[in-house]
Amino acid sequence: MKRIYLDHSATTPVDSRVLEAMKPFFSKAYGNASSLHKFGQEAKRAMEESREKIANAINAKINEIIFTSGGTESDNLAIKGICLANKSKEKGKNHIITSKIEHHAVLHTCQWMEKQGFEVTYLPVDKYGLVNPADVEDAIKKNTCLVSIMLASNEIGTIEPVEKIGKICRENEVYFHTDAVQAFGKIPIDVNKMNIDLLSASAHKVYGPKGVGALFVREGVDIQPIIHGGGHENDIRSGTENVSGIVGFGAASEIAKKEMKREGEREIKLRDKLIKEVLKIENSHLNGHPTKRLPNNANFWFAFVEGESLILYLDVKGIAGSTGSACSSKSLEPSHVLLAIGLKYEEAHGSLRLTLGKQNTKEDIDYVLKILPDVVERLREISPYKGKWKQ
Amino acid sequence: MKEYQAYSKEVMKHFLHPKHSGKLKDPSGVGNAGNLICGDVMQVFIKVKENKKTGKRIISDIKFQTFGCVVAIANSSMIATMAKGKSLEEALKIKKDDVLKKLGRVPPIKIHCSVLAVDALDEAIYDYMVKNDLKIPEELKKTHERIKKGLKDIEHRHREYFKLEKEIYRKK
Repeated sequence: MKRIYLDHSATTPVDSRVLEAMKPFFSKAYGNASSLHKFGQEAKRAMEESREKIANAINAKINEIIFTSGGTESDNLAIKGICLANKSKEKGKNHIITSKIEHHAVLHTCQWMEKQGFEVTYLPVDKYGLVNPADVEDAIKKNTCLVSIMLASNEIGTIEPVEKIGKICRENEVYFHTDAVQAFGKIPIDVNKMNIDLLSASAHKVYGPKGVGALFVREGVDIQPIIHGGGHENDIRSGTENVSGIVGFGAASEIAKKEMKREGEREIKLRDKLIKEVLKIENSHLNGHPTKRLPNNANFWFAFVEGESLILYLDVKGIAGSTGSACSSKSLEPSHVLLAIGLKYEEAHGSLRLTLGKQNTKEDIDYVLKILPDVVERLREISPYKGKWKQ
Repeated sequence: MKEYQAYSKEVMKHFLHPKHSGKLKDPSGVGNAGNLICGDVMQVFIKVKENKKTGKRIISDIKFQTFGCVVAIANSSMIATMAKGKSLEEALKIKKDDVLKKLGRVPPIKIHCSVLAVDALDEAIYDYMVKNDLKIPEELKKTHERIKKGLKDIEHRHREYFKLEKEIYRKK
């Protein structure tokens, strides 16, 4: 049976070119990048080349890239590291500003900082999921140490006005962190033009391996480590570097940068076709912004249908997607992002996210468009809604 | 490689090919129930026939409609299968553990879904008993009060939905 993967915001397959680049670093060039002998220096050289590739992808300096274990660690390091470095009595900074639609890696870290005595402002978003830069400016106080607003939403794909937000932070001398895990490699990023001080990225969202990520930390930013040890990564992140993973991340970043324009345009065409056709299904709605969205993201909600049922039904038909329904979450709460953009509880119940990738074709989209309306209809037939409740 | 699935074969079978889904014409009893934990709702229709010889009242036909997740739909199908042909007394004895046992492995977080199916069936039987002036067991009275309260909360939560439903479908 046909199997179509449309969950690229969850993870992506490793590109064959990336895998080839990684291969020598498992059993041949296996040195520890901290060692002084040739084995070690061989690993170090490969690692530094990767650092340069990642720096190039976002217009940063080589020494501004810190390798981590992934997006979640990068977000933790950015928030905890900045807070710890700036809470001292002389500095007295104990206030964070973030948004209600951040990834859990940011939100739960901020909630933990609250338990440590920090104050956190969670900014609302509009119906498209956009943060208003004026809200950021209004929320900044004397004791604000960090603003953390994502570059693009992992759920609804909305691209935030980070350049404006960064400018406001710069003018107010507040550090600005952005979670770019979904945006990195998909849309152009320039940390200087966008006034970004810290940026999180992850390899496995851009056809690299899982378990490796990076945090861009602008030169001169006052940050503390959260993992202590041998002083790796400029004393900001200890632990022997994941050399093969880092080489894979470097290769993936280089490919993403080179192919971004062409691939982005291709995916936007497929995405817009998918959105246009799916919205022809009765009582279906688009979540997120119609144009200010990632090239590969489509997110809908269907009235009278529950999302987990939708996902499993589509899975049986060979289509892999995801949902923000309460029934599919571990907490039985619907997606905080969908609630933040104003969806009602039951509307979030019927959400479906389809995220495209490099290997998806026009035929894949046609197949989805053939299957999806029937699946929605079938689930509606089982449902007591549709004019049948309390007859 | 061993094939991994989120749910057991039995759950998927009942989810993909639910038995007794739909409505009954002129039902003897209708039960509505909602699940406060996740927001799922279910509706059960029963047809009851009295056996003239034994005097027992038998559920001769049953249908359900469910707005919910995979396990909620599978539970609905399973309980309908279990209740069909049973007397009212026997049907009232079906508890969530009986349904779960038949369905096989269900993730712990999904166990509450079985309560919904039991509730909706109990409500349909309650409705039938009220309509037919039968003596209602004390336990069922209590169950009914609990479900009624829960449903009110769910309907409040889904109020926009009902409005939408009215606008779209009832005009037709």
